[in-house]
Amino acid sequence: MIPSPAKFGETQAVRRRRREERVARAAFGVMALVLVVPLVLIVSHLVAQAFPLLSWDFLTTNPVAGMRKGGVWSALLGTIWLVGVSLAVAAPIGVLAAVYLNEYAGDTWLTRIIHLAVVNLAGVPSIVHALFGLGAFVIFAHLGRSILAASLTLAIMTLPVIIASTKEALASVPNSFREACWNVGATRWQTIRGIVLPNSISGILTGVILQVSRAAGETAPIMFTGAVFYKKIEAGNPFAYGLKDQCMALSMHLYTVTTQVPDVPHALPYAIAVVLLGTTLLVNATSIALRVYLRSRKKW
Amino acid sequence: MEPPRERVKKIEVQGLRVAFGPKEVIHGISFDVYQNEILAVIGPAQSGKSSMLRCLNRTLELTSSSRIEGVVKLDGVDSRKMKDIYDLRRKIGMVAPMPVGLPLSIYDNVAFAPRAAGIRSKSELDGLVERCLRQAALWDEVKERLDGLGTKLSGGQQQRLTIARALSHQPEVLCLDEFSIAIDPVTTMRIEDVVKELRHEITVILVTNLVQQARRLADRTMFLWNGDIIEIDESDVIFSETPRSRKTYEYVNGIFG
Repeated sequence: MIPSPAKFGETQAVRRRRREERVARAAFGVMALVLVVPLVLIVSHLVAQAFPLLSWDFLTTNPVAGMRKGGVWSALLGTIWLVGVSLAVAAPIGVLAAVYLNEYAGDTWLTRIIHLAVVNLAGVPSIVHALFGLGAFVIFAHLGRSILAASLTLAIMTLPVIIASTKEALASVPNSFREACWNVGATRWQTIRGIVLPNSISGILTGVILQVSRAAGETAPIMFTGAVFYKKIEAGNPFAYGLKDQCMALSMHLYTVTTQVPDVPHALPYAIAVVLLGTTLLVNATSIALRVYLRSRKKW
Repeated sequence: MEPPRERVKKIEVQGLRVAFGPKEVIHGISFDVYQNEILAVIGPAQSGKSSMLRCLNRTLELTSSSRIEGVVKLDGVDSRKMKDIYDLRRKIGMVAPMPVGLPLSIYDNVAFAPRAAGIRSKSELDGLVERCLRQAALWDEVKERLDGLGTKLSGGQQQRLTIARALSHQPEVLCLDEFSIAIDPVTTMRIEDVVKELRHEITVILVTNLVQQARRLADRTMFLWNGDIIEIDESDVIFSETPRSRKTYEYVNGIFG
């Protein structure tokens, strides 16, 4: 039998490369798995502990008996209002600012400063945002502690991330498309409206929606600016809060029930946590669905 | 090919300098382009050919690091003094080296520029789209699927789509920047035929790496090297055994470059 040429044989180098490949693959795989474990543990633990209390009524009734019984309606509705209003403020400002920065502004010292400001604003701790909101909106702007003041504080907090993610989505549209449009005499706005926005909208929306779920979970920024321990509202009426009202919020409610109220049933904090988590997961799932839908219509 | 006797200057370039940041890439060049001629621009990579083209329709200034000096006149009017820069860009059709199908339908790709210019009438757009696609030798291949995506066409088809789009705003000058870089020889020959047809109606500036292509098509040829014009003359002279510059002879015959 003729020995196979060394080139294709099992040489030392080939064995070493194969071993390295296996090790690398295993290392990356384990890390990816490590990522999933805490999530699964958190969710399963929460749901198991909260199970006795979970029902539709829990969502639609107000807390009663000093917040030891009843549901979470007033807190859930408060969170929805806070997030909705902050989104209505932050999304247009953030997206339009990002379009300006990415599509119109050149690379000047001014745009560099704006960019630096955006990056640093994203790194400001939420409790600092809370104090800013207290000073600027509650006191200086005379909004008082209200949904409006709290939402504006949340909006300031989410703005830099919305701007950053929108810029990234816009930058993913190839420059050759823009140049092709300019070459045929299209204005910048015609280029943006006709080509850039339609092809970056999925990325923009995803970035915005992810910020919604972040805003929903924050406690610090709303604590001084509009959220309260307890407020009685009409159960089941989605317009029970007004913009100038103070409100309850799920994150705040969870904090209150766990630390401030004695003799709470064991399952109650878990149930509130499940509702909070469920709300944000629902929002994230919407974002993923939207992304898949818009991607399927992507044209290059 | 007998060049037209009476020459009208379509484009005049005077003392054009271009720099990106500290690096000057075009060192003050001057030349004219005559009406209804095909002017080829040859020269190795990095010699400033594409930058020069982008000065003509004033899109180079959209690159923020660029600095441009000198005068570019279209029909005797200084392009920097034109009020409507978009009208200037519509008068100059531009085809980039790599084909760019916009992420729109084939129809919308061609109708994009007319719509941007304010044409709304469906019948007018229909006629324009068909005429441009025919001129770009693409109509027969796509007439059944005008609502298909322009980005799904093959490379050669996309390049012809790009040409159709460049013709859709009825330019007076067509600039082709190394249009054959990404397409096969057969398609290249088809487009060359298109270009030969077009010269009866418009002026063509053909930037090309293919010396033979310049020889086949151009009335006059300009040799650009490192941001300077080495020589600009009738193609017969440039491609003869005795161009004025030794360098031209060497480049054309593949001795350097």
